[in-house]
Amino acid sequence: MEHHAEVLSGGVWQQRIPGWRDAVAMLLLLGIVLLLGLGAREMVGPFVPAQQVPISLSPAALPLYTLGTVMRMLAALVASLVFTFTYATLAAKSRRAEKVLIPVLDVLQSVPILGYLSFTVLFFVSLFPGNILGPELAAIFAIFTSQAWNMAFSFYQSLKTVPADLDEVSRSFRETAWQRFWRLEVPFAMPGLVWNMMMSMSGGWFFVVAAEAISVGDLKIALPGVGSYVARAIEERDLAAVGWAILAMAVAILLYDQLLFRPMVAWADKFRFEQTAAQVVPRSWVLDLFRRSPLLNRAVAPIAAVMRKGVRMRFSVAWSRKGGKRVSFTGPLINVVWYALLLYFGSYMVYRIIGIVGSALSLHDVRIAAANGFLTLLRVAILIAIASAIWVPVGVGIGLHPVLTERVQPIAQFLAAFPANLFFPIAVYSIIEFHLTPGIWLSPLMILGAQWYILFNVIAGASAFPSDLREAAASFRIRRWRWWRDVMLPGIFPYYVTGAITAAGGAWNASIVSEAVSWGPIKLSASGLGAYIAQMTEAGDYPRIALGVIVMSILVTATNKLLWRPLYVMAERRSRLG
Amino acid sequence: MPKDAVTPIVEFDKVGMLFASPSGEPLTVLKDVSLSLREGEILGLLGRSGSGKSTLLRLAAGLIRPTAGEVRYRGNPLSGPAEGIAVIFQTFALYPWLTVLENVELGLDALSLPGEEERRRSLAAIDLIGLDGFESAYPRELSGGMRQRVGFARAIVGDPTLLLMDEPFSALDVLTAETLRTDFLDLWMCHELPTRAVLLVTHNIEEAVLMCDRILVLGTNPGHIAAEIPVPLPQPRNRLDPAFQVLVDQIYAMLTARMAQFIRTQSELLTGFARPLPDVSTSRLIGFIEIMHSDHDGRAELADLAAPLGVGMKDLFAIAAALHMLEFAELEDGVIRLTAAGRAFADSDIDDRKRLFSEHLLRFVPLVAHIRQVLEEREDHTAPRERFELELEDHLSEADSESTLRAAIRWGRYAELFAYDDDTRSFEMEDA
Repeated sequence: MEHHAEVLSGGVWQQRIPGWRDAVAMLLLLGIVLLLGLGAREMVGPFVPAQQVPISLSPAALPLYTLGTVMRMLAALVASLVFTFTYATLAAKSRRAEKVLIPVLDVLQSVPILGYLSFTVLFFVSLFPGNILGPELAAIFAIFTSQAWNMAFSFYQSLKTVPADLDEVSRSFRETAWQRFWRLEVPFAMPGLVWNMMMSMSGGWFFVVAAEAISVGDLKIALPGVGSYVARAIEERDLAAVGWAILAMAVAILLYDQLLFRPMVAWADKFRFEQTAAQVVPRSWVLDLFRRSPLLNRAVAPIAAVMRKGVRMRFSVAWSRKGGKRVSFTGPLINVVWYALLLYFGSYMVYRIIGIVGSALSLHDVRIAAANGFLTLLRVAILIAIASAIWVPVGVGIGLHPVLTERVQPIAQFLAAFPANLFFPIAVYSIIEFHLTPGIWLSPLMILGAQWYILFNVIAGASAFPSDLREAAASFRIRRWRWWRDVMLPGIFPYYVTGAITAAGGAWNASIVSEAVSWGPIKLSASGLGAYIAQMTEAGDYPRIALGVIVMSILVTATNKLLWRPLYVMAERRSRLG
Repeated sequence: MPKDAVTPIVEFDKVGMLFASPSGEPLTVLKDVSLSLREGEILGLLGRSGSGKSTLLRLAAGLIRPTAGEVRYRGNPLSGPAEGIAVIFQTFALYPWLTVLENVELGLDALSLPGEEERRRSLAAIDLIGLDGFESAYPRELSGGMRQRVGFARAIVGDPTLLLMDEPFSALDVLTAETLRTDFLDLWMCHELPTRAVLLVTHNIEEAVLMCDRILVLGTNPGHIAAEIPVPLPQPRNRLDPAFQVLVDQIYAMLTARMAQFIRTQSELLTGFARPLPDVSTSRLIGFIEIMHSDHDGRAELADLAAPLGVGMKDLFAIAAALHMLEFAELEDGVIRLTAAGRAFADSDIDDRKRLFSEHLLRFVPLVAHIRQVLEEREDHTAPRERFELELEDHLSEADSESTLRAAIRWGRYAELFAYDDDTRSFEMEDA
C-alpha cells in the first residue's frame, strides 16, 4: 500500500538492489514456511492407540515436539477466526439467531474446557478411526474452545457498536453487506479482536499442554508435543526433562509473541477508532522489517490487490436490507414458530440428558459432586483473595512508575501466557520431598498461572490513573490509608475486576489438572471438584464426568452472574465522569 | 408556492415519522411534512434540537423510510440510498483506518469502476476540494477542517445530483467553518460541482442566511414546517450588510416568538409533567441572570448576546427557554427581559436564591413538583428513577426524557428539593 502513495505524490519509483532488510525478511519468511510444512507433516498419519511411538525424553527431540505444539496452537487460532467471523456475524445480524446464539456462547464460556476433553477425544477419534488426525483434532479443539468464545464475543460486541455515522456512510454509498463487512465491520473490530486473540492465546498454551497427553479409561494418547514430553517426564520422575520442557516452551512463547502477536498488535493499531494521535504507538521490529523491505512489498502487492478486489465485490446477501432504527412490526407469527421450535428442541435435549444421566446416577452422586464443588469454590475464593492482597499493592507500586511499568509489564504478560502446568511437577516433587499436606499445598497451583492476570491488569490501571488526580491527592497530603481507600483503589477498580474475572476463570479450569497430580507412581489428590472430574476421567465414568462438568458450569455461571457482572457494571459506572 | 415546470430534485409528500418508545407507545417525530427541493437551490432546514431536522435529512438520503407519506427523488419514490445522493456528516464520519485517498475512493465503491478511473476521479475530487498533498495521510493526522474537507471530497467524488449536509460546520471552530463555507460557496457559484441541489441542516441562523436560497423553519413536537423564508440577497453575501442583519434578526424574533408560543401552548396542552426541559446547568442560568442584570439592565436582544457571552445559538436558546419557563425572564420577539423575580434573584444572597429557585421550580416545572410529591407521599421518602423515566417516555423520546430528567435532577439538587443517588438510581427527599 505504501508505495502507491509514493508514486502518487510524485516520488521517483526506483529500481533498487535488495538490501539487508530484504535478506532478513526473506529468511524469516522462508524459515516460518519451512517449519509450518514440517509440522503439518507430523499431523497426518496412521494412528493405532496400542502402537504409538513412545515419547523420547532426550532434549534433542524437544524442538520437534515444540513445533508440534506450536502448530496445534496455530491451527486452533485459524479455526477460532473462522468460527468468530461466522458465528458472531450471524448473532449480530439476525435478531432471531442472536436470542439463541448469545446465551449459548455465555454458557459455553463458563464450561470448564478440560472437563469435557474426554468426550471430545472420543468423538474425534471415532470420526477419523485409525488416523492420528482424530486425536490431533481433539487437542486442537481443546485450544479452540479456550479462544473461540472470547473472540466471538469481542467481535459480536464490536459489530453491535459500530458507530452510527460510519454505518450511515456505508449505507448511503450503497455498499453491500459483503463490502460493509470487510470495509467497516472487520476493521472496526480488529483492535479488540487482536487483543482478545492474544489474551486467549495465553490460556491456549495451558490447554494444549493438558490436552496432548490424555488418558480416558483404557484409551491412552500421547501426541508428539511438549505436553506429552512433560507427562512422560512425570512418569519417569525426570526433573531435568521438566526443566528442558520449560525452556522449550519459553522459547516458543517468545517466538510466537515476537513473530505473530507483536506485529499483529502494531498493525491493528491503525484500526484504532479514536481520531486523535496515540501517545504510545505499539511497535514491532518484524512488522517494520516487512514494511520496509521493498522486495517483499512488491511480492505482496499482487496478493493485496486480489484481496482488495475480493473485498470490494458486490455480493448481495439477504441481510443487507437492514432497516436501521426503524420499527419492525413484521413477523410475530414467525417469532412464535421460532420460539416454539426452540422450546421443543430444548426440552427434548434436557429430557434425553436426564434420561441418560439419571439412569446411571443417584441423588447421592449429586450431593458428592456439589460438596466437592463448594470445596473448590472455597479454594478459588481464598486464592483470589490472597493473590489480590499480594498483587494489588505490588501492581500499583509498579504501575505508578512508568520506567518500572515498561520493564515489568511484558514479564507479567509473559508469565500469564506461560502454561503453569509445566511447573506442577516441581511443586509436586517439593510436596513429596518435604511431606506437606496435599489438601492445602496443591491449592496454590490453581492460581499459579492465573494470578498474573490480576498483576498486569492492576499495573495497567495504575499507569492509566490520571496524573492530575494523583497530584491533587498529593497536594492535599492525603494520608496513606485514605489514599488507598478513596484515591487509588476506586481508580484501578475496573481494571482489577477485569483481571480478577479472568483469574477466577483460569483457576476453575486449572483445578481439574491441579487438584489431582502424580509423580511417577505416587498420586497426590486434594478433594475438590477438579479432582473429582480428573478421577472420573481416568476411570472413564462418563455420567459422572458429565455431572462434575455440569456442577462446575453452574458454579462458574452463578459466580459470574451474582458477583462479577454486578461488580463490573458498578465499576464501569462509577469511574465515568459525565 | 409557485408551480415549477421541472420535476423537483426531492419532494416530501405529507411525510410522517414514528419511532417506537420503550413502552410501545409510538412517538411522532415528524408530522405532515411537505416540501420540495428545486434544481439549482440551496435549501436550509433551521430548527432547534428535537425538531426532527436530522430525521428529515436521513429520510431524504433514503437511510430511513417514512412511516407515512412519500419521499420522491427526481419524481420516483425513494426506497433506499440511491445513486446521485451523497451525505456530509456533522461528525465527518471518516474511516480512521483508511487514508484520505482511500476514504474518498469509498464514495465510488458502489459504482464498480475500473481501478484507474476510480483513482483518477478521486484525485480530481481531492484536488478540487483543496486536499492536495494529503492523499496518504490518515484522518487522525488532520485538523478538523481538513477532515471535513475529506468528507466533502468523498461526497462529491461520485458526482451526486443532490448533496445532503447535516450540520457540516458545527463541529469546527469559527474561523475554519467560515473558510470551508466560503470555499464551498465559491465552487457552487462557479458551477464547478455536478451537484444540482443542496439540503443544509443547521441550527446556526447566520449560516443559513449566508448560504441558502430558501430557509424552512422547523417547529417542534412533533416536527413540522413552521415557516418558509426566501433569502433574496445576491451571492456573495456580506454579514455586515444591513439587509443581511435584518433577515437574521427577523428569524431570531420568529424563533423566539415561536418558542414563547410553544412553551405557552405546551403548558396549556400538556397539563401533566411530561414536558421536555432544556438541560441547562444552574450555574449557567445564574450566570446569565447576573450578566443580564449588571451589564444589560435586565433587557437585551438575544441576537446581541451570543457573541459577547461566547455561547452558541443552540445553548443560548436553551438558557432563554429555561429562564422563560421558570418565569425569571420573558422572551418576546427576540428580546429577553428579566422579570421582577429575576431581578430579585440577582440581588439575593445564596440562601434566598435557593429559596426563590425552589419556589419557582415547584410552581412552574410540573415534573419537579411531581417528583417532590411522590417523595412526600411515600413512606420511606424515596423513589426509583425508573418510575419517572417510564412516565416520561410515554410522551417523549428516549433522548428527550433522559435530558429532561437530567435537568430536573440538576435543578432539584440546587434547590435542595430532593437528592438523587446515581448508584442506586433513586430519588430521596431532602429535608428542608
